[in-house]
Amino acid sequence: MQTLDTTFSALSDQTRRAILTRLAAGEATVMELAQPFAMSQPAISRHLKVLEEAGLITRRVEGAKRPCRLAPNGIAEIDQWLGILRSALETNYARLDKILAAQTKQEKEKP
Amino acid sequence: MTMTKMILRTEGDTHIIVTRRFAASQEAVYRAHTDPSIIQRWLLGPEGWSMPVCVNDAREGGKIRYEWVNREGAGFHLTAEYITLEPFRRIVHVERMHLPDPTPDNLVETIFEPDGDGTLMTMRMTLPDAKTRNMMLKTGMEHGMEASYVRLETII
Repeated sequence: MQTLDTTFSALSDQTRRAILTRLAAGEATVMELAQPFAMSQPAISRHLKVLEEAGLITRRVEGAKRPCRLAPNGIAEIDQWLGILRSALETNYARLDKILAAQTKQEKEKP
Repeated sequence: MTMTKMILRTEGDTHIIVTRRFAASQEAVYRAHTDPSIIQRWLLGPEGWSMPVCVNDAREGGKIRYEWVNREGAGFHLTAEYITLEPFRRIVHVERMHLPDPTPDNLVETIFEPDGDGTLMTMRMTLPDAKTRNMMLKTGMEHGMEASYVRLETII
């Protein structure tokens, strides 16, 4: 499991987020990923390495190509946005339950 | 305790709906969403994060700013503006995360309804387009949801 920090630092770059957006639509090769950016393939490859090390993408070998795809487990660890919405909301609401319970108890105890 | 399990579902192309029941009055749940001193105690996300900055100006046109940091000092923030406030039943605001550049605007309508001796909260989010919402869904919502439910069941 990757830490939130590793994930956030991997996500801190606009190009890497754009790459993830593209991969959400399906598997792609480095060449396909490089196309929309004014960037060389080696530059894209460096971004892919960061994403791979953060556990956000996986790559498989297919001849000379190494197509990339989103890593389901890595993606599950992304706690940005709806990630926060999902797991953190549940954590948040469990916390809120406790606060509300304490408030209700206090009100009942008032003379 | 009555059922408090969170339900998260999509609707149409651009909506996400979250429902959750709380064992407290409408007023208490509404205040927990608009009073900074309460918000700072629960709207914290994963363990280890805190909210050193919590601005919540609960009036129409009022601004919201939440800043979160973890123990290592890493952080991000959210900004939002209130559109409508109807105490203690309805809130409409528009928000975005800054990671650091902003995510697309998310229009959020939160409704609090009496439900027996508790309150049913329904949060309806509207994303700008299907592509944005689907990207959000793919990056974190489907996966791990089951695990979160299991975790929640152990808390209840």
